[in-house]
Amino acid sequence: MSGPSLMDSLFQRTLEDLIKGLRQQLIGEQAFISKALEEIRKEIKSTDLSTKSTALLKLCYLSNLHFHDMSFAAFHALEVLSSPRFSHKKIAYHAISLSFHDSTPVLLLITNHLRKDLTSTNEFEVSLSLQCLSRIANVDLARDLTPEVFTLLSSNKLYVRKRAVAVVLRVFEKYPDSVRVCFKRLVENLENYDPQILSAVVGVFSELACKDPRSYLPLAPEFYKILVDSKSNWISIKVLKIFAKLAPLEPRLSNRVVEPICDLMRKTGAKSLLFECVRTVVTSFSEYESAVRLAVGKIREFLVDEDPNLKYLGLHALSIVASKHLWVVSENKEVVIKSLSDPDPNIKIESLRLVMAMVSEHNVAEISKVLVNYALKSDPLFCNEILGSILSTCSRNVYEIIVDFDWYVSLLGEMSRIPHCQMGEEIENQLIDIGLRVKDVRLELVRVARDLLIDPALLGNSFLHRVLSAAAWVSGEYVEFSRNPLELMEALLQPRTSLLPPSIMAIYIQSAFKVLVFCLHTCFVRGGSTAGVSASASYESFDDLSIENGAGSTVAHGQTCTSAPITNESIVNLLKLVELALSPLLGSHDVEVQERARNLLGFVDLIKLEALNSLGQEENDSEQKGVEATKIIRLVHDAFSKELGPVSLSAQGKVPVPDGLTLNENLGDLETICSDIELPSSNTFSFGYPSEEKDVSSFSNLQIKEDSGQSNESTSLLAEHRKRHGLYYLPSGKNEVISNDYPPANDPALQGDNNDTASDLVKLTAESLVPKRKPNHSKPRPVVVKLDEADEKPVAVKHPESRDDSLSGAVRDILFGSEDILPTSSRSNLPSSNRKGKEKQHMITQVESKENVVGDGNSSSRRRKDHSHGKERRHRKKNAEERNETDRKEKESSSNHPRRHKSRQRAEEPLKVPPQTSVIPDFLL
Amino acid sequence: MIHFVLLISRQGKVRLTKWYSPYSQKERTKVIRELSGLILTRGPKLCNFVEWRGLRVVYKRYASLYFCMCIDEDDNELEILEIIHHYVEVLDRYFGSVCELDLIYNFHKAYFILDELLIAGELQEPSKRTVARLVAAQDSLVETAKEQTSSITNIIAQVANTASL
Repeated sequence: MSGPSLMDSLFQRTLEDLIKGLRQQLIGEQAFISKALEEIRKEIKSTDLSTKSTALLKLCYLSNLHFHDMSFAAFHALEVLSSPRFSHKKIAYHAISLSFHDSTPVLLLITNHLRKDLTSTNEFEVSLSLQCLSRIANVDLARDLTPEVFTLLSSNKLYVRKRAVAVVLRVFEKYPDSVRVCFKRLVENLENYDPQILSAVVGVFSELACKDPRSYLPLAPEFYKILVDSKSNWISIKVLKIFAKLAPLEPRLSNRVVEPICDLMRKTGAKSLLFECVRTVVTSFSEYESAVRLAVGKIREFLVDEDPNLKYLGLHALSIVASKHLWVVSENKEVVIKSLSDPDPNIKIESLRLVMAMVSEHNVAEISKVLVNYALKSDPLFCNEILGSILSTCSRNVYEIIVDFDWYVSLLGEMSRIPHCQMGEEIENQLIDIGLRVKDVRLELVRVARDLLIDPALLGNSFLHRVLSAAAWVSGEYVEFSRNPLELMEALLQPRTSLLPPSIMAIYIQSAFKVLVFCLHTCFVRGGSTAGVSASASYESFDDLSIENGAGSTVAHGQTCTSAPITNESIVNLLKLVELALSPLLGSHDVEVQERARNLLGFVDLIKLEALNSLGQEENDSEQKGVEATKIIRLVHDAFSKELGPVSLSAQGKVPVPDGLTLNENLGDLETICSDIELPSSNTFSFGYPSEEKDVSSFSNLQIKEDSGQSNESTSLLAEHRKRHGLYYLPSGKNEVISNDYPPANDPALQGDNNDTASDLVKLTAESLVPKRKPNHSKPRPVVVKLDEADEKPVAVKHPESRDDSLSGAVRDILFGSEDILPTSSRSNLPSSNRKGKEKQHMITQVESKENVVGDGNSSSRRRKDHSHGKERRHRKKNAEERNETDRKEKESSSNHPRRHKSRQRAEEPLKVPPQTSVIPDFLL
Repeated sequence: MIHFVLLISRQGKVRLTKWYSPYSQKERTKVIRELSGLILTRGPKLCNFVEWRGLRVVYKRYASLYFCMCIDEDDNELEILEIIHHYVEVLDRYFGSVCELDLIYNFHKAYFILDELLIAGELQEPSKRTVARLVAAQDSLVETAKEQTSSITNIIAQVANTASL
C-alpha cells in the first residue's frame, strides 16, 4: 500500500516538469498530454496529500490552458481541501473554483469545509474560501453560509472584511433571503472611511443598482456623501454608475447631484473618471442643458484626440447623446464622417451608426450617396456593414423616410452591383416588398430589374442570385411596364441562367411564362381589336389608364412596341426560343424546375398548334381556332394579371375559428413544455390577394362580433400561444383594427400628406394619368401600402425574473421597512424554501453517510471526520449563542416554514427603520 | 463586472484564463477561439475595445501577450485598461521585469496574484504595494509548509533507502 505512493511521491513529475516537457514536444503534444493525464489519474488517488495536491495542480494546468476535463477529480480536490496545510488548501481552492459548477455532485460536501475555513483564524484561509464561495455559490451554499459571511462583514481584519463584502453580492444573487440578514451590515460599511472597504461596498451596490435601481433610492444620501468626499477615482466611477441608475427615478435627486458631477468633470485629470462623468451626464442627465454642453465639450476633446481609445469612446458617447440631442451629432458631423475612413474597423462601425442616426427624410439621398461611395472603396466587411445599415435605415417603419421611391429603387440596383455586396437577401425582400406596396414605382422597378437581368456577368456572382430572383419576379409580375418584353424574355432565358440554383431558376421560368403570356396577349388579343381589349382588360387599370392618357389610343402600347414591335414573326421566334432554352430543363433533377419548364413548354405547344399555324396562314379559314387560342391566352393572362398585394399582419386574426376546432385543449400543456422557445422578430411578409382578404376580413369581423363572448377564453389562450410560438403564426395586428385594410389614419408617417386611404388610391390613380418620365424631387411621396402591422409586435413575454424580484423585494423590505407588504416573492418562495430545507436535511444525512463510508475505508479520514464534526458542533453552539444575542441570524438548516418566518420577522424588528411604505423621503435635505 | 480574464500569446496560445461568470468547458473553448480570432488580427494603433456578443472586451498588448478582460456594455473601458495595467505592474514587481516565460512556468502564481487583485469580477486591491505584501505573506506560508514536506520526504527517502539496502 505505501510502496507505490512512496514511489509516486518521490518520482512524481512536478508542474514545472510537466510544463517543460510540454514545451519540448513539437508534434506529439496530444500524446504527451494524455500520458500526463494518465499519471495524474494515478497520482491523484495517492494517500499522500503532497502527491495528491501536485497532481491536482498539474491537472488544473491542463484543464485551464489545454481544456481537458477535470470533473473526475472533484472529489479528490475536496480531499486535498481537508489538508491542514495552507499550500494544499490553496491548490485545492484553485481547482475547485476552476472546475466546480452548479451540477457538480460533490458540491454538497463542500459546505462544511467552507464553513470551517470561513471561521478560521488565518485570514488567508478565510480569503481563499470567500473567493471560492464567490465563484461556486449555489442556493444551498449561499443559504447555509449566510451566517458566516454575515459575521465576516464586520470582521476587524480589513482584508477579510472587504472580501466578504464583495462576496455578499453573489450570496444575495443566489439566495435573496440573505438580504434580510446581511443588508444592514452592508449598509453600515458604506460609512466606513477605509477606501478599500468603501470601494468594495460601492462596487456591490453598483452591481445591485443595475438590476433594480428603485430599491436603493433611500441610500442616496450616503452615495451623495461618497461622491462629494471621495478621493479615489475607482470609487467615484462606481458611485457615478449608481447615480446614473438612480437619477432618472427621482428628479430632486438629479437636481442635487448634477452640480457635483459637473465639478468632478471639470476638475479630474483621469480620463476614465472623466469619461464616466460624461457618460453619466449623457445617459441620465440629458435634460440639464449646461451639463450636457459641458459633456459635449469633453466629447469633442475625445474625438480629436490622437488616442484611438478616446476617439472610439467619444463616438460611443455621441451615439448615446444622439437619441436625445441630435444637434450634438450634427455639430460634430465632420469628425464623424472623417472617422468613416479610420483604419480601425470598430471606430468605423461606431461612426457609421452615428451617420445613420443623422439620416432624415431630407438628407437620405445625399447621405446614402456618400455612404455607397465609401462602400465601394472599403473592405468587404465594412462594405456590407454600410449596405446593411442603409437598407435597414431606409426600410425602417415601412420606408418611412423614403420620399422618392424611384431613386431608392435605383439605389437598390446600384447597391447590388457593388462587388462585395452580400446583402442579396435583404435587397431581394425590399425589391419585392416595394413592388407590392408602392404602385407608382413599378415602372422604375421594372427598369432596374431589366438592367440587372440583362447583364450576363451578374449571373456569375452567387451573392447576387437572390437579387436576380427578385428582379426576375418583378419583371414577370409587372411586365406591362416593360419597354421591351422580347428583350426581357431573352434575358430570362439566356444560357448563363444555368448558373442559378434551382429554386431561383424556377422563378426565372415562371417569370418567362408571364412575359410570354403578356406578349401573346398584346399581339393577338389586343393587337387585333383595341376597343374590345380595353374592356376585357379592365382589371389592368394601370395599363388601361396609360393607354387612355396618351394622344392616341395606343400610345402606351406603342411605347412598348417602338423599340421592338411584337409581330407574329417575333412571336414565332419567341416560341422557338422558349423551346430551345427549356427543353434541356425537362430532364432537370430539381422537381420544381422540371415542373415549371414542363408547364411552360406545354403551354407553348398548345399555342403553337392552335394559333401559329392558323396565323401563319393569313387568318383566313381557321378563325375558329384562332379564337380558341385567343381565349386560352386571355384566360391565362387573366390568371396572371390579378394583382398581388402585401398581406396584413393581422390576416391570421381574421380567419374565423372553424367549428370543430377546440382551442382549449392541450395548449396549456404546450405552454409549459415549450416555454423556453425564444420569439423570433416578425418582420416577414407574405403574398396574397388583397381583394380576397378584404372579403375574409369583413366576414370574420362579423363572426368575431358574433361570438366574441364565447370565444374569449379560447382567444386568450390562443394569444398566449401566439406569444410563445410567434414563429408558427403569421404576424398579427390588433383585433380592433381588423376592418380597415389600409388604415393609415393613425399613421404618423402618412398623416401629413394623406389621411384617407380610399381617396388616396383615387388620387394615386389620378396622378398616374400624368405621364412622368423622370419624376422631380418635389413630387409628393407616393402612397406606400401599409397594413395594420407594427401595432402589436409580439413582444417577448416579460419573463418574471423571480430571483431578482425577490432580491429587490427583500431589499425594499429592509430599506422601506414595509412590514405590511410581505413581498410576493418571499410568499411564493416559502413552499420552495420549505422543500429546500427538507432537501438540506436529506443532504446532511447524505454527507454523514458518505463520510462514514470514507471513514470505514481508512483511518486517517476517520480522524478527520471526527475532528471536523467536533469543530462543527462547537461552531453550531457558537452560532446558537449568537442568534440569541442578536436575534438576527438566519435559521439553521433544520428550520421549517413557520419558524423561519418568525425568525425573519425578528430579524426585521431590530432594524428600527421608520415605516415609510411607498413614500420616497426627501433624501438629500 | 468583469466576466472573464484571458491571457493569450501572439501565437494564439492561452496563458491564463479566469472565469467570473459561469461558462461550461465547451463554451470556454469556443469563447477563446472566437476572441483570439477577433483580437489577434487587429493591428497595432487601433483602439483597445472590441464588441462581442453584446459585451465588450478590453484588451491590451504587453510584449507578446494580450491581456483581455470581458465586461458589461456599461462598464468603464478606461477603468478596465487601468486594471490591466495595474495587474501587469504587480506581476512585474513580483517577478522582476516579468516576461511570458515567467507566466508560463508560474501559471499558478499568476492566478494567485490575480485573485488578490480581483474578486467576484470586481477590483479589490488598488494598491500595488499591498498586493505585493499579501502575495509575499502567502508565499512564505507556502514555503514553510514546503520545507516541512521536503524534510519529511527526505526522511522517508532515507528510510526507504536504508530499507532497500
